[in-house]
Amino acid sequence: MAGFNKVVHSYDEALAGLTDNMTLMVGGFGLCGIPEGLINHMVKLGVTGLTAISNNAGVDDFGLGLLLKQRQISTMIASYVGENATFEQQMLSGELNVILTPQGTLAEKIRAGGAGIPAFFTATGYGTPIADGKETREIKGRHYVLEESLTADFALVRAWKADTMGNLVFRKTAANFNPMMATAGKITVVEAEEIVQPGELDPNHIHTPGIYVDRVIQASFEKRIEQRTVKAAK
Amino acid sequence: MALSREQLAQRVAKEMQDGFYVNLGIGIPTLVANYIPDGMQVMLQSENGLLGMGEFPTEDAIDADLINAGKQTVTAVAGASFFSSAESFAMIRGGHVDLTVLGAFEVDVNGSIASWMIPGKLIKGMGGAMDLVAGADNIIVTMMHADKYGNSKLLPLCELPLTGYGCIKRVMTDLAFIEIKDGAFHLLERAPGVSVEEIIAKTAGKLIVPEHVPEMVF
Repeated sequence: MAGFNKVVHSYDEALAGLTDNMTLMVGGFGLCGIPEGLINHMVKLGVTGLTAISNNAGVDDFGLGLLLKQRQISTMIASYVGENATFEQQMLSGELNVILTPQGTLAEKIRAGGAGIPAFFTATGYGTPIADGKETREIKGRHYVLEESLTADFALVRAWKADTMGNLVFRKTAANFNPMMATAGKITVVEAEEIVQPGELDPNHIHTPGIYVDRVIQASFEKRIEQRTVKAAK
Repeated sequence: MALSREQLAQRVAKEMQDGFYVNLGIGIPTLVANYIPDGMQVMLQSENGLLGMGEFPTEDAIDADLINAGKQTVTAVAGASFFSSAESFAMIRGGHVDLTVLGAFEVDVNGSIASWMIPGKLIKGMGGAMDLVAGADNIIVTMMHADKYGNSKLLPLCELPLTGYGCIKRVMTDLAFIEIKDGAFHLLERAPGVSVEEIIAKTAGKLIVPEHVPEMVF
């Protein structure tokens, strides 16, 4: 690497420094917008004791489900984990610690983490089990829960287009948690469908400025669909 | 007769107004999109990062990068926008969504709702439901009035762990349209052919019944 050129050419380089017991953020909503190749390479690396922060837990044979199957994740922070039988079984047996977090609170915890905000008050979850043990406060007649922000050793992000300097553009609903996670990793690794030269992306249309990004790798994606719903052609 | 799921969705759709931004939950709420009145423009928000959700795609237009919160492939209408999950929940938490429709296991006379967790059964997570009920002012809960054994789901106090405390004002069940205020359920409308007596019998929480209870009109 030289100057602002953040492109790496192997998954070993992309995930260099990732070791056991680290905390990872992994982008995606369901299987949409997940960094497939980076996840697959973590399976190969065999790192264990991971804390994974991701909205969902993949399915049994794709996405984070692959890491769960190999018992590489010990703590999972997510909002919904309904589509993964391996997950259910490990959660019920107690070998997997699960911290369920409301989706909007999870997104904001990550956004705040990347923005240097240590905690924030939200009405979400007040009076529910989510607020147990947390500070609450009444502000202008409404009750709020104090939620602490999240950061990670590695943020693994999937983008549509990146330039070599790490400026990113996401595509449709594959953005989801990726833009916030890109800001909240000590090391942010981006897996992009296409890498272009600086100047090729319109600066007006960049979603994530390159300052947040450490490494970029080009990849092709399977883009598996969870619920294939269609209407009849006319 | 109790309403079918389709009829329930149809009645909820009548609560929409032209120019509304609307978030529809999974299940019966999703069906509401099929009954948006002709000539009315409504933008559907999907909390995974889409404002302006369209119908399902044709086979040749399927795009793995374009799904809804139920992880189904969808389309985007003209005027739609895509954004991050943080932006999406800023819209929701910030009260910018005009109408939210979601399901529930139980509601109570205080406007509390339980919809995400049954102790002893598998916990799958709350997804965005806690944010939606905390952030929205105008919420309609769609649910069955009673379980299959006839036990009421409209309670004096929710028994299951809460999704939100004191945040629900309107409930559309298969038997009745109910408003929650001043610590009681208020019967607004009954399903066609359903007697007030049946609704009273299946409502465990305090129910205020006016002299005349109109039948729902579709």
